[in-house]
Amino acid sequence: MSRPGRKEEEIRRMLDAPHPLVPADLHIRAARRGARLRRRRRALHHVGCVLLLVAAIAFAVWAVAVEPWVVPPSETTPEIDGW
Amino acid sequence: MRESRESTLAGRRAREFEAFVAGAGGRLLHVATLLTAEPAGRCPRAQRLLVGALAHMYAEWDRLRDEDPYDRTRQELVTRFARSAWRLHRRSRTWETGPECGVLARLGPQERLVVVLRLYESVPEEQTAALLGLPVERVRALGTRAVSLLRSTRPPRLRAPSWTGGRTEAR
Repeated sequence: MSRPGRKEEEIRRMLDAPHPLVPADLHIRAARRGARLRRRRRALHHVGCVLLLVAAIAFAVWAVAVEPWVVPPSETTPEIDGW
Repeated sequence: MRESRESTLAGRRAREFEAFVAGAGGRLLHVATLLTAEPAGRCPRAQRLLVGALAHMYAEWDRLRDEDPYDRTRQELVTRFARSAWRLHRRSRTWETGPECGVLARLGPQERLVVVLRLYESVPEEQTAALLGLPVERVRALGTRAVSLLRSTRPPRLRAPSWTGGRTEAR
């Protein structure tokens, strides 16, 4: 158990190499891009909502106009009268 | 009314985000540099990865509840690296070999991910596996392979004087 532990410790020390310097404007760049991403997501969300609303209204109007639940009059059997 | 609430929220977000980057940026950039195997002095790819991950965090900032932003950013960084490595791997493998490169340059992308998460970040094996979408046995095998590779390829790296640090070479 101690052997792999020591090996891993060795690699850990190896990984602890000098850290790179963080550019001073890193958070500004990230925030700018993040804000753009946020705006785009919200715009997409709004477009989706509007599309859904339009689809619902269009369906309602169509349904009221066509009334698809009404059984159409039969076309095969002739009307029987005169008996 | 709604405008002012929005702007105070934006201000708070910007302040918190800046504090987070100031605190965690160094370590995250180091993780990114280890993954891309770039030298510490010049790491454009690691910076691009980190900026992308941080931008994602900024966009999600208000929706974070009890989650640790560091963990989330690391997860995003790992996912982005895995995706870009896969893309680069399909196109060509030239990015892996350069005249000067970081500590993990000899490892493949998956081995780098396992080594960085398991050994540098001390993420438990199960979580690493879940994060990478691999079975635990595969993660264990990758880790063992990477450790033996890193130990066996230390002599060749002694010949490369461009490598920064020198602490591990001295031993």
